[in-house]
Amino acid sequence: MKRIDHSEASSKFIKAKDHLDFHDKRLWDLRKKRDRESEHLPEWEELRTLASAIKEHTLTHLADYLEEFERNAIANGAHVHWAMDAAEHNQIVLDIMRSRGARTLVKAKSMLTDECDMRPFLENRGIEVMETDLGERIQQLDDEPPSHIVVPAVHKLRGDVARVFSETIGTDPKNSDVHYLAESQRQHTRPYFLKADAGMTGANFAVAETGSIVVCTNEGNADLSVNLPRLYIASVGIEKIIPRIEHLGVFVRMLSRSALGSPITQLTSHFRAPRDGTEMHIVLVDNGRSGRLGMADFWYSLKCIRCGACMNTCPVYRRSGGLSYGATYSGPIGVIIDPTFNLRKYSSLPFASTLNGSCTSVCPVRINIHEQIYKWRQIIAERHQLPFVKQEAMRVAGKVLSSPKLYRAAVETAGTGIEHLPRFMMYSRLNAWGRQRDVPAAPQLTFRQWYLKNRGKR
Amino acid sequence: MSSRDEILSRVRRNQPAPQPLPDVPAFDGATGFALERFKAAVVRMGGRVVDPPEDGNLTSFIRRLFPDAKVICSAVPEVQGNRPLTRVRAPAELEDVDVGIVRAVFGVGETGSVWLTDREFGVNTLGFLAQHLVVLLDPARIVGNMHQAYRERAQFDARYGVFMTGPSATADIEGILIHGAQGIRSMTIIPIALP
Repeated sequence: MKRIDHSEASSKFIKAKDHLDFHDKRLWDLRKKRDRESEHLPEWEELRTLASAIKEHTLTHLADYLEEFERNAIANGAHVHWAMDAAEHNQIVLDIMRSRGARTLVKAKSMLTDECDMRPFLENRGIEVMETDLGERIQQLDDEPPSHIVVPAVHKLRGDVARVFSETIGTDPKNSDVHYLAESQRQHTRPYFLKADAGMTGANFAVAETGSIVVCTNEGNADLSVNLPRLYIASVGIEKIIPRIEHLGVFVRMLSRSALGSPITQLTSHFRAPRDGTEMHIVLVDNGRSGRLGMADFWYSLKCIRCGACMNTCPVYRRSGGLSYGATYSGPIGVIIDPTFNLRKYSSLPFASTLNGSCTSVCPVRINIHEQIYKWRQIIAERHQLPFVKQEAMRVAGKVLSSPKLYRAAVETAGTGIEHLPRFMMYSRLNAWGRQRDVPAAPQLTFRQWYLKNRGKR
Repeated sequence: MSSRDEILSRVRRNQPAPQPLPDVPAFDGATGFALERFKAAVVRMGGRVVDPPEDGNLTSFIRRLFPDAKVICSAVPEVQGNRPLTRVRAPAELEDVDVGIVRAVFGVGETGSVWLTDREFGVNTLGFLAQHLVVLLDPARIVGNMHQAYRERAQFDARYGVFMTGPSATADIEGILIHGAQGIRSMTIIPIALP
C-alpha cells in the first residue's frame, strides 16, 4: 500500500491562503473556548484524573464489562452482534437491513462507520445512505471524508458549501448565506427522516450496567434517526464501554467542554431499549482494538473519547488540515492510532508533530499523546520506514548533536552560512524546513560566544 | 470460534494489569440559587425561561407566546392542545406540529439541561419534529450538576431518555451558530410546580 506523504499533501492545503487562515483561526477559537470552560470548573484537573482512571479500569477489565453489557442489552430486548473487523461489521449491517426489507438508512455521525468504510459498501449494494449531521452531509455530498472528528467540514468556507449544495441539493449557487445553507439542508433532510426504513448512530459511551447506548449531539439528527424508523442499528467500538451510569457524569461534563467549549451538547441521548414494535441492534466492533490493547506503550490511546481537543490545539493539524493525513483519524490522536492499522501506509504521520505536548495537556482522559508520537517515531526508524532524505538528515544531526565540539563548530559556521548561502540551497526540496518558512536572520553571536563575552569572566 | 468468542478471548489475553475503579465524588459545592443558575445556563445554550402567567391559564399563555402556531400538541394535562397524542399511530405523524408541550422530570443547574424520557413525551418525536418546544419544570426539581443528575438512577431505566439543553443547533459552517438545525428551533422553559 502506498505511503501517505503528509507534508506533500498539506502543501496543497497551505496554498489556499484564505482557507488556511480561517481553519487555523476557527480551531484556535475552539481551543480558547475550551480553556474558558476548563478554567471555570475548579474540579477540572480532578475530573481528568477520574476520567483517565475509569477508562483504565474498564480497559483492564474489558472482557467482563463487554459480557455484562451484552447480557443487559439482550435483557432490554436489543440484538447484539460482534464484528471482528470492518468487513464483518459492514456485512452484519447489510444482513440486518436486507432481512428486514430495509432500503434507506438515515445516520448520525459515527467515526467507526467511516473507519469501516461502510457507506460505499452499502451504497454499492442498493442501500440508500443519508448522513444527517450537517458537516458530515456536506462531506458526503462533496464525496470527501470528514476532515475533523467533531466538525467534519471545518476546512470548507461558506462558498465551498454553496457550491456543493447548488450542485447536489439545488440551492441557489449565488447564495452563500450560512443560515440559508443550513435551512436548506434541514428542509432537504426532513423527508428522508420521515420515510427511512432504518436509523443508525455510533456511540459516545456504552454503559455496561444498563446496556444503554449514549450519544452526544447538537443537531437533533441522532434522535430523529432513532425515534422515527422501525429499525435502529448502533455501531459501537468495544472501547466505548464504561461501567456504570454514574460514570457518565464525569465524561459528559468534559466531552463538549473539550470539543467545542460548551458546557454540554444540546442533546445527550440514552437509548436503552427499542420502542414497542421496533428493533434495536448493537454491533460491537473490534477492528484492531483488541490487538492495540496488548501494546504496552500504546493501549492508552483506547481511552480516547473523540473530543478533538488535541486536533484543535495542534499547530501542525491547524495548518495542514485533516485531509492531509489520508486517514480516518487525523491530528495528534490519529497520528498514534493510524499506525496500528497499517504501519507502512501511515509511517509519515508521527512526524507531523512538533512534540510540543499541547495535545497531552488538553486531553480530557490524560492520554500521553506526545510521548506516544515519539515512541512511534522510534519504531518507524527501527523498522526502516523513514524516507531516505529524512534518514540521512537524522543520521547527520545525530552525529553533530552527540558531539559538543562538532555542534559548536556547526552552529558557529551556520550563521555565516545562512547569510551567504544562495536561496536555492536554503529552499531546495532537500531541506524540508525551508519550504514553508523563511529562516530568520542569524544573530551576530552564538549563545556560547555571547555567554563567554558577557558572563564568562565571572 | 464465533467472532464474539474470538474477540473476548483476544481482549482477555491482551488486557493490561488490572487498575482500580475510583469513587466519583458529587462535587456538590455550588448548588445554591439553583433556579438562577439554571436560568443563566439555559440562556447561554440558546433557550429561554419564561415565568408562568399570573392568571394560571397556561393554554392561553402559550397561544400568546406562539401566535402563529396552528398545530399544538400537548403531553401535559395543564395545557390543552389541538392534536391529541392518544390518536397518534406513527411517530412521523407529528411532522406538522408547530408547538409541543412536555413536562421535564428535573433540570440541571450547571448546564441548563432538562431530563425527559419516553414516559414524558408519550411519542418521542414530539421533542424533535415539533418546530418549537415548551417545557414545564418544577423549580424544586433542579439538581446542581451532572453528577447529581446521574444519581437519579431510576430515571436511566427508561427505554429512551435525553438531556435536552436549549434548541437543536449547529455551527458546522464557518462556526456560525444556528438554532434550529434538524430538531426544535426554540426551547421555552416555564418553571411551574405540578398542579
